[in-house]
Amino acid sequence: MLTNIFPNVDMEKMWVATYETLYMTFISVLGTFILGILLGLLLYLTNKGNLWENKSLNSIVAIIVNVSRAIPFIILILLLFPFTDFLLGTIRGPNAALPALIVGSAPFYARLVEIGLREVDKGVIEAAKAMGAKTRTIIFKVLLPESMPALISGITVTAIALISYTAMAGVIGAGGLGDLAYMEGFQRRNNDVVLACTIFIVVIVFIFQFIGDWISKRIDHR
Amino acid sequence: MITINNLSKTFKTKDHTVQAVDDVSIDIEKGDIYGVIGYSGAGKSTFVRLINRLEDPTDGEIILNGQDMTDLSKAQLRLERQKIGMIFQHFNLLWSRTVYENIAFPLEIAGIPKANREEKVLELIELVGLKGRENSYPSQLSGGQKQRVGIARSLANDPKVLLCDEATSALDPETTDDILDLLVSINEKLDLTIILITHEMHVIQKICHRVAVMEQGHVVEQGDVLDVFMNPQSKTTKRFVQQLNPQEGSVEELKDFITSDERSKVVKLHFVGHNAKRALISDVSKQFDINVNILQGSISPTQEGAYGTLYVEFQGEPETIEDVMNYVKTTGVGVEVIDHVD
Ligand SMILES: Nc1ncnc2c1ncn2[C@@H]1O[C@H](COP(=O)(O)OP(=O)(O)O)[C@@H](O)[C@H]1O
Ligand SMILES: [Mg+2]
Repeated sequence: MLTNIFPNVDMEKMWVATYETLYMTFISVLGTFILGILLGLLLYLTNKGNLWENKSLNSIVAIIVNVSRAIPFIILILLLFPFTDFLLGTIRGPNAALPALIVGSAPFYARLVEIGLREVDKGVIEAAKAMGAKTRTIIFKVLLPESMPALISGITVTAIALISYTAMAGVIGAGGLGDLAYMEGFQRRNNDVVLACTIFIVVIVFIFQFIGDWISKRIDHR
Repeated sequence: MITINNLSKTFKTKDHTVQAVDDVSIDIEKGDIYGVIGYSGAGKSTFVRLINRLEDPTDGEIILNGQDMTDLSKAQLRLERQKIGMIFQHFNLLWSRTVYENIAFPLEIAGIPKANREEKVLELIELVGLKGRENSYPSQLSGGQKQRVGIARSLANDPKVLLCDEATSALDPETTDDILDLLVSINEKLDLTIILITHEMHVIQKICHRVAVMEQGHVVEQGDVLDVFMNPQSKTTKRFVQQLNPQEGSVEELKDFITSDERSKVVKLHFVGHNAKRALISDVSKQFDINVNILQGSISPTQEGAYGTLYVEFQGEPETIEDVMNYVKTTGVGVEVIDHVD
């Protein structure tokens, strides 16, 4: 019955593409999480009244974040071609999409991280200072744990954006469900392949959303 | 134990400067519960935050156990802060940690190995009466319980001093009293010096030995709680004392009892310190052949004994009344005949 609705869908290819999409998503979410938290912390800590208050450093980071957020993803891929080529020796395949995916979404996530950190009760930071905590202790034992639900729901939103970016990256031959939909579906006018890929992507998005919501709820003891 | 000399703090903002603490000098002895009272904006929080250098003073010195807090390096200051406990109006607990983990936090900061933390944490949980709530999160606790966690946390590294900034101001009156009782028992058990900031006279009355009254950054009056209460000098102090004795203002109502009759006298009794606990009135009416008519008054218990005033009417033979007054004087209670009301 399914073969009637999807005559041109090759399940073998579908699974390979799904694997590539998941691979790109996982690695880029991980990279975005780390880079975004670093940038977000830097934005937060150098802000007025905070631990590393530093107006010029704050402005520099803010400009980098805002500029890279303003660049459309598809253009960012093209701009990063030389960098990717240098780094990986290729501009094709799932790995080649990773630099653009991470650079494209980390600044967005950094803003979410900063917003989450700002929500941390100043009184709690002050209590930690009064106990004689080092800045490192305040970052790892107060700021990050206390903002964790926001950091998790932020990375969930970002991950979903990343899944759609991986599909876009398919257009330049990164592989994955987007690539399959474009090459096998759109180019050859096989609408059933486009539909199947869409369904797979939607399911992946739902799973990510579900896991993200679940974790963020689990760890929120407020 | 703590000597504060000419301490000042000026806040400079774009368009104006605020002299939050202005030339404050205070001496606090070991084991004291020292209260600082003042209205909102008087500079109390700034004062207490200067002691552990959460604010840097503009001028003056803070000498804690012979160590000037103002000339410590950053690393030394962190070590020193581990020996100064602090509790807050809004408790400032980490919601991401359980009661147990919150209390263990200062031990982690002090670098105590995990194995050695447990005994201390459990001992503190016992001390503040939270046994069985180790694994609760702050959001599952009442305000009073949260403050108990705050107190346990502040005691984790065996501090020499405990700073309390409006520690009971977010609590209802009954819970406030429970927390104050806990502070007194800690003060006695651990011989811990406590500096307590409040805008509530009740708190000072209930647990402080000594008090300083703050107004616009200045200390306008300081000394033993009873002395300051008995003889308030400044207007602010008088207003605070009034809070405790709302009836004092209504001496007017005594008018009807004041007559030229020799067989009736209206008398103001002044209780200070421990004699206020005596059953003076029943003593008098048993020993002498007179009637005692209680008109009005109030007695406020303080850490250093009670204090207060009581207006009574003595009815009897003029000589007996005279004897009674002499007897009352020998008990240390102040006596004053009221023959007119102005
Ligand atoms: N960080 C700050 N910057 C500027 N002004 C401040 C700051 N902290 C306190 N002040 C000012 O100092 C004065 C005393 O404040 P505070 O110590 O909080 O008083 P209290 O605790 O007695 O209510 C107030 O006028 C307040 O506005
Ligand atoms: Mg205050």
